[in-house]
Amino acid sequence: MTRYLLSRVGQAALVLWAAFTAGYILLQLLPGDSVLIKFQNPELGLSPEQIAEIRAYYSGGNPPLVDYLHTLLGFARGSFGYSIDTGTPVVERLAEALPETAKLASAGFLLAVLIALVIAFAAGYSRTSWIRGALLSMPSLFVSVPVFWLGIVLIQVFSFRLGLVPVIGGSPAQQLILPVLTLAVPISAPIAQVLARSIDQVYTQPFVPVVAAKGASRWWILWRHVARNAVLPTLTMAGLTIGELIAGSVVTETVFGRNGIGRLTEQAVNAQDTPVMLAIVVLAATVFVLVNLVIDLLFPVLDPRLEVAA
Amino acid sequence: MNRPKIGLVLAWLVIGVALLWAVVPGVFTGHDPIAGVPAEKLQAPSGQHLFGTDAVGRDLFARVVHGAVHSLSGAFVAVGVGLLLGTLLGLLAGSAGGLLDDAIMRFVDVLLSVPGLLLALTVIILLGPGTVNVAIAVGIGSVAAFARLSRAEVVRVRRTDYVEAAFGSGGRYTTVLRRHVLPNSLGPVIALAALQFGLAILAISTLGFLGYGAEPPTPEWGLLISEGRNYLATSWWLTSLPGAVVVSVVLAAGRISRSLGADLGKDRA
Repeated sequence: MTRYLLSRVGQAALVLWAAFTAGYILLQLLPGDSVLIKFQNPELGLSPEQIAEIRAYYSGGNPPLVDYLHTLLGFARGSFGYSIDTGTPVVERLAEALPETAKLASAGFLLAVLIALVIAFAAGYSRTSWIRGALLSMPSLFVSVPVFWLGIVLIQVFSFRLGLVPVIGGSPAQQLILPVLTLAVPISAPIAQVLARSIDQVYTQPFVPVVAAKGASRWWILWRHVARNAVLPTLTMAGLTIGELIAGSVVTETVFGRNGIGRLTEQAVNAQDTPVMLAIVVLAATVFVLVNLVIDLLFPVLDPRLEVAA
Repeated sequence: MNRPKIGLVLAWLVIGVALLWAVVPGVFTGHDPIAGVPAEKLQAPSGQHLFGTDAVGRDLFARVVHGAVHSLSGAFVAVGVGLLLGTLLGLLAGSAGGLLDDAIMRFVDVLLSVPGLLLALTVIILLGPGTVNVAIAVGIGSVAAFARLSRAEVVRVRRTDYVEAAFGSGGRYTTVLRRHVLPNSLGPVIALAALQFGLAILAISTLGFLGYGAEPPTPEWGLLISEGRNYLATSWWLTSLPGAVVVSVVLAAGRISRSLGADLGKDRA
């Protein structure tokens, strides 16, 4: 068990290191030189020597490999360097943006799970084939909707038509309603799909008729026996949606004009602020890898049958 | 199962119409997508203007029809990039095995761990904005999916008797790979390509919406929705209708992908 744990943690660390390195090579070493782009503007009146000096300031004036190791050590210690755009430490800008995004993403994820549960359970419980069909086709509709467009349509319907949610002002909770809904819809789709499919699979197992023969109600069978066995594949899928969740938050924040990682990403791309972008990419990869690591390690805890195998 | 599947027929119809929009937009609309008639600005949908008109009096339906070529060709480039790079990596990993396999698949894990949108934006920082760059960026985001699937397929096909036989009868490594392994691994990859085509349209319109794609007068779908955002309170059609077109095309691509996947599954069983 300890060996399994160590090897999984080691793998996760390896992926993170590789993600950092790939991002570093792409963003810091390749030609699109952000320092040059920002400071070569003739209006600034900087001589090539001065530009070289600025570049040396940002890179520490070291050869690429030393600079790489320096940046890697910095990341490992939680210091992400300085923003080229504003000159402030990247860590400060991230710390400012993160709470808002964390709020949005976690609320969005919870709602997504709720929507997925409702769809999958209703489909699993229903005996009317057209209702089942309609419920099961909802996920493919949900993934086909552009997140940004969904946000706009929701604003249109709930704010402008029905006047239920204020467009400007409103309490923080009110401001969160539409973004969370926007984010939850596409995230719920893959979760609902996998849960519905595994519920169907569990229904074919021999213990289901046995429980039914003992007099269990349909709801009891679904909730106590089938759903519990359908949870594991769903959990794996939920972990894989984390990347979508982060990307969705970025888009949702832009549509609703919220401050957060999304806004920061947009600014970083527009200003070609590579240190900020590198930090965001590594942060997103870290969240994805950690969540999936935790889910992996939870498996034997949730299902004792797996512990023997591991 | 000979009952015609209405959904599938509809899906092919949607894709067919969208492709025709891209190839011969003039057949579908007589209006100019770029030049507007200021007197007819912000009109609601009508027989004259199917999708209404925008703030400078341009016919929205004409803009959507003429925009198809940007979104669809972008999606083709994106899928091409993903398919080519991904299948190449997967083929290499699956056929070589060992250390190379491990190295390639860990690299794919890294690609998977970064959300597609952030990966695309990173590529855009490097290459700069623009229609082609956005398509390449989106394509790189789909490399991981293609690589994983094609590797799994190659590993499956390699174990089959006919591949063993081809090797046994003296076939050269590359020849067997090209003549036997590759064609028999491609089926599911093609189904994935159809799915990714829809997802690429989504991703390209998202990047267009964020302002990294085509320049403003161009009627790219994401950009159209972004422009309509300023008239949300008064002109619902400017955002709703182009969005509905995007949703239909993406849904149709997904439906076709599922049918391709199911047909191929039947073959195998």
